[in-house]
Amino acid sequence: MSYFRDVGALARKDLLLELRARDTLPAMLLFVAATFVIFHFALPGTPSRLETTGLLWIAILFTALLGLGRAFVPEREQRTMDGLVLAPCDRSTIWLAKSLATLAFLAAAEAVALPLYALFFHSIDGTTVAAVVLADVGICGVGAFLGAMAVATRARDLLLPLLFLPLAMPIVVGAVGATVGPPVVSSPGRYLGFLALYDLLFAVICWASFEYVVAE
Amino acid sequence: MLTAHRLGKRYGEKRVLRGIDLALPRGGFLVVTGPNGAGKTTLLRICAGLAQPTEGTIERDATRAQVGYLGHESLVYRELTAFENLELYGRLYRVAERRERIGMLLERFGLWDARHERVASYSRGMTQRLALCRVLLHRPELLVLDEPYSALDEAGAELLDAQLAELRTERTVLLATHDPARVESLASGALALAG
Repeated sequence: MSYFRDVGALARKDLLLELRARDTLPAMLLFVAATFVIFHFALPGTPSRLETTGLLWIAILFTALLGLGRAFVPEREQRTMDGLVLAPCDRSTIWLAKSLATLAFLAAAEAVALPLYALFFHSIDGTTVAAVVLADVGICGVGAFLGAMAVATRARDLLLPLLFLPLAMPIVVGAVGATVGPPVVSSPGRYLGFLALYDLLFAVICWASFEYVVAE
Repeated sequence: MLTAHRLGKRYGEKRVLRGIDLALPRGGFLVVTGPNGAGKTTLLRICAGLAQPTEGTIERDATRAQVGYLGHESLVYRELTAFENLELYGRLYRVAERRERIGMLLERFGLWDARHERVASYSRGMTQRLALCRVLLHRPELLVLDEPYSALDEAGAELLDAQLAELRTERTVLLATHDPARVESLASGALALAG
């Protein structure tokens, strides 16, 4: 239980920092809203569900990337990572807490993004919401892991997208497959299962190897 | 408590430490001196467990929970208050009677009245005092202090003198400074890095 108490303390710290500094969430909200408005005017007529599904996932992925790029900024700017690494808690709690905090920011951005998508393009069904939830878990878990790797390098702003986008491709494949639905995809459930499997696999990898990312 | 044999550290082609031997027994107080760039910070980071040597060996008879490290940075979050920062570290270090301990340290270091102010509004001296509170919060067995007097005014430095004198008999201290005379009476040994 102490593991989850540590995660709770660290995630609470991240949420409190965002509440005070307001660096990340407003930028994510503005970005995702602006993206849908631009898509709306950039696509004349009535675009098909197939086309707009792709746009939805592009918007979600890049909004997440914006948040992930800022995830370890307090630790980098205030050099507090040493303090967290020295603490006697399991170092993977840092990763899990960052993932949860980023997940909260992404969920807040999507609370605006999905109604906007429904307003401009097509309605949102339960399968899409399930795909968004599963994709978010994978995006934030892998993204927080790579964010911790990138923050230790000089080319951090460049490195995160370069590492993250290839690893996010399976998420896009699973998410688009689940969201498009019939007649293009006959069984979206299989894609949801694929997303769940991705989440599980990468959660285990990130949890087990985060120690080596933050240790010198 | 701490033993190093032929310790060395390289960052790529650059060698920052070479052939350091040290033995710091439990209850010892070792003062590390040397010019800028001599490797004092690197040595202390290795001793605290934040960096790994590239040559030689180090044995530390203290777990992470028993090490208190003060570096050049305060390791506190500027957007949190002093109390919130210490509360966070107190939770992570599982400090018993956390709130009482935090209150006592904030009182001792003259930060009680500013405990609910964000660290961003603190002066450098106040931030350094808070960093010292953070280091002492979990009652560490091994204190690794890198230039602890930097940014402290005379009152703050005297507070730290008193704190170190109090800890002298029951804790092990490794301290890097440019002013060894200040801690001469407390020191049990000295290590001068040539650079």
